[in-house]
Amino acid sequence: MSELLSLVIAKYNYWLYVILMMIGLYGMIAKNNLIKKVVGMNIFQTAIILFYVSIGYKTNASIPIITTADTAHGAVVRAADYINPLTSCLMLTAIVVSVATFGYAMALAVRIYQRYQTLEEDELRMRLSKE
Amino acid sequence: MENYPVLIVVAPFISGLLAGLFVWIEKRLSYPIVLTGLFISAFSAIQVLIQVIGSGPIQYKLGGWSPPIGIEYRVDLLNAMVLCLVSGVAFLNLIASYRSAEKEIGDRTGSYYAVYNLFMTGLLGVTITGDLFNLYVLIEITSLTSYAQVAMGDRDRGPLASLNYVFIGVIGASFYLLGVGYLYMYTGSLNMADVAVLIKGSQGSSTVLVAFILCILGIWIKMALFPFHVWLPNAYTYSPVIFSRVVAPLMTKVMVYVMIRLMITVFGYDYIFNTLHLSDAVVWLATIAVLAGGVMALAQKNLKKMLCYIIVSEIGYMVGGAWMGNQLGMTGSILHILNDVLMTFALFLAVGNMVYRIEKVDITDLKGLFGKMPWTMGGFVLAAFSIIGVPPTCGFFSKWYLILGALEKGAYHFAAALIISSLICAVLFFKVFEICFFESGSPGHEHSSHGSVVIEEAPVSMLIISGLVSLSLIVAGCYSGTIVNTIILPFLK
Repeated sequence: MSELLSLVIAKYNYWLYVILMMIGLYGMIAKNNLIKKVVGMNIFQTAIILFYVSIGYKTNASIPIITTADTAHGAVVRAADYINPLTSCLMLTAIVVSVATFGYAMALAVRIYQRYQTLEEDELRMRLSKE
Repeated sequence: MENYPVLIVVAPFISGLLAGLFVWIEKRLSYPIVLTGLFISAFSAIQVLIQVIGSGPIQYKLGGWSPPIGIEYRVDLLNAMVLCLVSGVAFLNLIASYRSAEKEIGDRTGSYYAVYNLFMTGLLGVTITGDLFNLYVLIEITSLTSYAQVAMGDRDRGPLASLNYVFIGVIGASFYLLGVGYLYMYTGSLNMADVAVLIKGSQGSSTVLVAFILCILGIWIKMALFPFHVWLPNAYTYSPVIFSRVVAPLMTKVMVYVMIRLMITVFGYDYIFNTLHLSDAVVWLATIAVLAGGVMALAQKNLKKMLCYIIVSEIGYMVGGAWMGNQLGMTGSILHILNDVLMTFALFLAVGNMVYRIEKVDITDLKGLFGKMPWTMGGFVLAAFSIIGVPPTCGFFSKWYLILGALEKGAYHFAAALIISSLICAVLFFKVFEICFFESGSPGHEHSSHGSVVIEEAPVSMLIISGLVSLSLIVAGCYSGTIVNTIILPFLK
């Protein structure tokens, strides 16, 4: 039991991202309201962004900017002293993608509401099967 | 010229943005700008194919940064073939769209063309790139633009179909992104060739296994393999026909290409077939996909939706062939990418011509169409024969390779599924032909039905493209031996 607990604590970032991702997935699949689904989708994407940022992290490391003070007196720059900036950079792109998707999904929801005066999926399905 | 590879992607991108600007300045200029962009792209793609056949794979370093740090475009025979297909189909469809776009989406054509070219940028980029994360970004560009174009279609059902497409599309792309994250954790690299070298010999690593499963699962969702296919029929049916004409042949096939690329270039044959032994399970899945797609197609009343379910079935062909684990199966799968793009494009071009004249394409609306639109129906019949797999057309040859591959592996269930699916397609299409040929037209046209039927064909530009693509089915069939020997076999060596 204590082994399992220590495993969970040692890799807590992965557990957190998996839990967040499952919350998002649950929202997308189980919720009936379209806006709630869209929010679930956003949580799902955010979980992955957090996962990426957490894999670039190193304990006791600073931001990856090398100043002249660091390299003065012939000191060697050690990679372990700086967190990995690449994963964060990648996530800038992923954030742009997720914002674009979120905005587009919201715009669609507005369109659907204007046409049917409802955002509940079961009502929409009933209306569609009647027409 | 050494810059052809990047021109393939950049030309449609810049012309798409320019076309978007010109919507406010001078609307009529949007179309020629977009057309020029796609022409440059198609021309460069053909040049690249000639270069690759002549002198082997091309490497293009973006911005002069050499890989693994920079992003590289790597074109080999498989890429080059898919690039030619994508840019060619995009160009031809744009010519055919000129008359029907205005009719279908009214005054929004300018912005439609802009989004259309961005969509093509995404597809071409996905095909050409040699970088895993770049691939993700381009998949998202493709997806976002296709969501937008789906929503431009049917005013009642378009937005809802598009929203469901968004949800599933996001799940698929996110799984892929997650898989890339695990690969990056293990290797510290995002370049495909580099990753392939670094994961060699790490057969037992659970990180690589998770990465593999997530990547392949994400791509399967994106390509609508059977249990993940639910988004496809609605999205493609309710989109404007000028868009479904191009998304139906290209989107899923490009995803199949991505799957083959991941299997061959990144994870490697050895890992998939000798370490994981996944072949049997996936071939069974593909068998079910082939049959399920066919059976669901039988239940459809709308012609467009019926064709969408046939696509689901065709995806099963390609996945089954690729996972067969022998050269014949892979050859069949790659040849089927080429053939299926042409066949589906020809079918949907014919449907586009029908929609231009009769608006709704429920199968019962098609009565007497052979008399009314003889040329369109001629193209439709050729494409249908190719889907069924009648010998002079190209559909037969890829099916032949797939069946040979299945027999060599001993996967008789897959071979049987291919033959049954051919029969199902025959039933489907002959049902349509019967209604089009033997039942007379709508009562409104009754007065003209004694003796001569009034011919109401689609515009000439659409007919020429439709006829050209349908004839290319026979040409591709006749030359399929050459295609296999110059492109596919040297690639698989």
